Amino acid sequence: MPENRTKSPTLSLKPARPGLGGRHRLAFGPEAKAKDVKGTSRRLWAYLRQQRTALLAVFFLVLVAVAATLTGPYLIGLAIDNYIEPGDLAGLTHLSLVMVAVYILGAGATWLQQYIMASSAQDTILLLRNDLFSKMQALPLRFFDRQAHGELMSRITNDIENINLALSTSLTRIFSGIIAVVGTFTAMVWLSPLLTVVSLSVVPLIMLLVRLIARRTRRFFVSQQENLGQLNGIVEETLTGQRAVKVFVREQKMIAEFTAVSDQLRRTGTKAQICAGIIPPLMHMFGSISFAIVAGAGGLLATKGVVTVGVIASFIQYSRQFTRPLNELANLFNTMQSALAGAERVFEIMDEKPEEETEQRGLTLASAKGKVRFQHVTFAYEPAVTVLKDINLTVEPGQLIALVGPTGAGKTTFVNLLARFYELDQGHIFIDDHDISQVKKSSLRSTLGIVLQDTHLFSETVRDNIRFGKLTATDTEVEQAAQLAHAEPFILRLAAGYDTVLSHDGSNLSQGQRQLLSISRAILADPAILILDEATSSVDTRTELQIQHAMVNLMQNRTTFVIAHRLSTIQNADLILVINQGRIIERGTHRELLAARGFYYNLYQNQFRYQGAVSG
Amino acid sequence: MSRLYKFLRPHWKAALLAPFLMLVEVASNLWQPKLMATIVDQGIETGDVAFIIHTGLKMVGIALIGVAGGIGCTIAASIASQSFGADLRTALFEKVQSFSFANLNRFKTSSLITRLTHDVVQIQNAVMISLRMLVRAPLMSVGGIVMALTINARLATILLVSIPILLILLVVVARRALPLFTQSQQSLDRVNAVMLENLAGIRVVKAYVRADQERSRFGLASQRLRDITVQAARIIALAMPIMMLLMNFSIVAVIWLGGIQVNLGQMKAGQIMAYINYMTQILFSMLMVGMVFVMFSRAQVSATRVNEVLAAEVDIGDLPTAKDKPIRKGEIKFDHVSFRYPGMGGPPVLKDISFTVEPGSTVAILGATGAGKSTLVQLIPRLYDPSAGRVLVDGEDVRTIKLETLRSGIGMVLQEATLFSGSIKDNIKWGREEATDEEVMMAASAAQANDFISALPDRYDTQLGQRGVNLSGGQKQRLAIARALIKKPPILILDDSTSAVDMGTEARIREAVANLPTKSTRIIIAQRISSVIHADKIIVLEDGQIEAVGTHEQLLDSSPIYQDIYHSQVREGADIGA
Repeated sequence: MPENRTKSPTLSLKPARPGLGGRHRLAFGPEAKAKDVKGTSRRLWAYLRQQRTALLAVFFLVLVAVAATLTGPYLIGLAIDNYIEPGDLAGLTHLSLVMVAVYILGAGATWLQQYIMASSAQDTILLLRNDLFSKMQALPLRFFDRQAHGELMSRITNDIENINLALSTSLTRIFSGIIAVVGTFTAMVWLSPLLTVVSLSVVPLIMLLVRLIARRTRRFFVSQQENLGQLNGIVEETLTGQRAVKVFVREQKMIAEFTAVSDQLRRTGTKAQICAGIIPPLMHMFGSISFAIVAGAGGLLATKGVVTVGVIASFIQYSRQFTRPLNELANLFNTMQSALAGAERVFEIMDEKPEEETEQRGLTLASAKGKVRFQHVTFAYEPAVTVLKDINLTVEPGQLIALVGPTGAGKTTFVNLLARFYELDQGHIFIDDHDISQVKKSSLRSTLGIVLQDTHLFSETVRDNIRFGKLTATDTEVEQAAQLAHAEPFILRLAAGYDTVLSHDGSNLSQGQRQLLSISRAILADPAILILDEATSSVDTRTELQIQHAMVNLMQNRTTFVIAHRLSTIQNADLILVINQGRIIERGTHRELLAARGFYYNLYQNQFRYQGAVSG
Repeated sequence: MSRLYKFLRPHWKAALLAPFLMLVEVASNLWQPKLMATIVDQGIETGDVAFIIHTGLKMVGIALIGVAGGIGCTIAASIASQSFGADLRTALFEKVQSFSFANLNRFKTSSLITRLTHDVVQIQNAVMISLRMLVRAPLMSVGGIVMALTINARLATILLVSIPILLILLVVVARRALPLFTQSQQSLDRVNAVMLENLAGIRVVKAYVRADQERSRFGLASQRLRDITVQAARIIALAMPIMMLLMNFSIVAVIWLGGIQVNLGQMKAGQIMAYINYMTQILFSMLMVGMVFVMFSRAQVSATRVNEVLAAEVDIGDLPTAKDKPIRKGEIKFDHVSFRYPGMGGPPVLKDISFTVEPGSTVAILGATGAGKSTLVQLIPRLYDPSAGRVLVDGEDVRTIKLETLRSGIGMVLQEATLFSGSIKDNIKWGREEATDEEVMMAASAAQANDFISALPDRYDTQLGQRGVNLSGGQKQRLAIARALIKKPPILILDDSTSAVDMGTEARIREAVANLPTKSTRIIIAQRISSVIHADKIIVLEDGQIEAVGTHEQLLDSSPIYQDIYHSQVREGADIGA
């Protein structure tokens, strides 16, 4: 039947997902192949296994549905030969009812199968997604240093989506496709081996042609994909830096660059579309030709009495059912392949070594006093480049320690090591005489209140963002913390005050305001050791001073580390450490260091050079 | 969607050819079953072998003509839709390039990126599909009905029943499914947002030991996505079986009713077979219409988003009378300028600002976070236009100068140092394409960037990743400064652009810039007293108003706010003298 002239009738109502990176995927895109198909499949199966009862039911229902599809054409032939031609109306009515029953059974099985599969697939994906997220939480910072967030993110969304696609549709369709092809072939041979051979004579030709075109198509799609990648790169870069583009009057250059790639994409895209678009009409043609062959050859055989008209009617249906899944299978295998490749990458992340785990056996710092000791600490982010060399330091509880030094001297690394974001290469760090490598990370980090250089806010309310510091805090406590950090005035000016929902990158706040929220968070956390890593670098100095006054109380009886490049903020420190090229090159109080006329003196001079001009 | 058709107009030849060629394919498809019926009813019945062979060959021939039409249609449709897409994309990109800062604030960057990539592809696909399917499906349905009528009018009543039912059911399913798709998209966005937040903020999450909380937050979003997706999938699962069931019921009806008619001698078996064929063709075409419809409604969403960008009014552009007179002296004057961000309520950001910057002098602007410092300087290169009052450069209202001319004369270093992929040299040369290597190095030296660049393995040819990911904040800022310096602009604006640079380096940059051969008029926004102390004039901004203007000494005497700022930074200044 010429129904096969319309494209395969499967509904693809699923919305395309413009998740990051997901938009780049196209049906004929370059299909990445999994390196270890077997291992990856096995691990994916471990997830699917939990659904095995459902999968078994789906398997059975697919069998029923395919059986119904196979029975239909046979019954049509039977109706023509046994009842219509002889004119047996009672029999015809009877058979019609049987056909109705068969079709209802088939449709019911198809529906039930998809119904069950929907939740099985999504439950599996849910599990995978949550596991992946959990794993990410357990990974050390080193892992995140290695890759750009955007890239990691697009990989994850893309890969999960590929797996989703494969599980929710491809899996059952491959299964039913294979059964349909085998079943149809068997039925045809059973009805008439001769007509089978004749009508399927075009199939090898189809396969050959489709394969030829598909190969070429893939090539075009690869280059289309490359161009699309380039184009997206330009778009992303230009738009993110749009302000710089305007300031430097680069608009025309950007447009020229964009148009060139866009034009390239138009050319490769047209080629790819044409190539891919040729397949459906070709399939239609082969459908038509095999239709003609079945009609013609069947007609000839019928005149010789080898086949009946009913058999021809059945065959016309069968030959359609044979070629369509055959054609579809190739595509489905591609989806499976990219899903496996995606799964492999997901599992790669899951196989990453997590942060060294001390949760089980580790110590708990119950009520830390805040004594900190560094003993011969040496550390490098990358093997060749030592960032801290043989650092020795003892800090008594309640002291205010300042770290100063040029950009890149290793100040932030102190913080990273103290919080055990990274493991030491050599040496030990002690808090209250406990080696921190023996302490539970959760306990260690709860002891520390860190205000980082890069503030990070979540797309939650202002209140929840502050409450991040102490989940059990009451609203009053949150507001008190905000007041202490001088954040309240600007918070109250926001649209909904404390209940204003921030955008995820906090872009509706200035850098200084974000730092104030970050400080509120740390104040709320009320830690034994407070670490301020350039915490007020974007806050104007008057506000900073006010915060400092407010924090005097906070710092009392609390060990505090301050990293700052504004030297005015640290003059009260009990101990100033001057760090340069990974070493503590000077240590002492502000007065001592000035008197020593060393590195610190020079830094200070630079910063307050005008002082001389003013006072003398 | 209809507003986008103008992008198809230049390609009208291909766009018209495609449906025409599709007509050929449809005609070929419609003819086939009829010929098959004659084989069965005339050929087989009379045993006319020659007739069967003849008709069979005719069918093959028609199939070949059909495929020629189909392929031709594909080619024409591909050319039309891809050219359409490329034109639309370019138009969008050009539009975005013409956007003012105000426009850019309104559309988020990420959303603009999606519109330019994903949305354009969606619309382009819809055009492709409509050029092929939208024509094919109605032609096929109508043609099929006509052919069915010519065979047997009475059996066609089956179609009268089944087609409306099919359409109603599809609409019902689509109505219920479409909102779910929107919801599932939103849930997916939420999942991605939480994921991205945790990637970007992993240090904070770790520092506060909040992994468990984040896990449950993600789990919640994840669960919701699962629920909605399952719900949507289950509704969609209905569509196929319903469609198949309806089609098969129709076939049974044809066989049963047709069988009765054959018995009465009003019809022949071959005609029943042809009828079944037409029936499936028609119903599948209907289904296609449904799918195209769904696809269209998705493209419609994209089209709306694209149209929003295209229709956005660019509030800053050249007047027809705009002058092309390059800036020479670099004199800047603010004349009773007030400013409020477009579309924002609340008090104005700047209130009645007036001051003059002499050519070649240095003016520093000081003030608290959010006092309006950045906004003020952004009015000079017309990144925004004032709501009231005038900004004059070299005595001309900036609105009367060509944007390109104006901005070419201003070197501005933004708070956020955005770099672009390419080599370090390329990035610095952004300021001036034709700059020589020596000039690049000179600019870099002045910005105190030469040292770290020289320490890199490929020096000035070092490739930066996207947005300079492999550089520290301070290094990026220094490159951004070099990029502005190489322009040798009459006006140089530094908007808090050394915040990540340590004090010593900053002082050296300040000295080097002061000693450059080209004497620019300089406006410096800063937090530190040390950065502004040498300025010829210091403007203290407080809540969008000028609180005080003067030299360091004058302000130290007269301005309480300036004194405050000063003392917040130089508490123990006396130590130096000691």
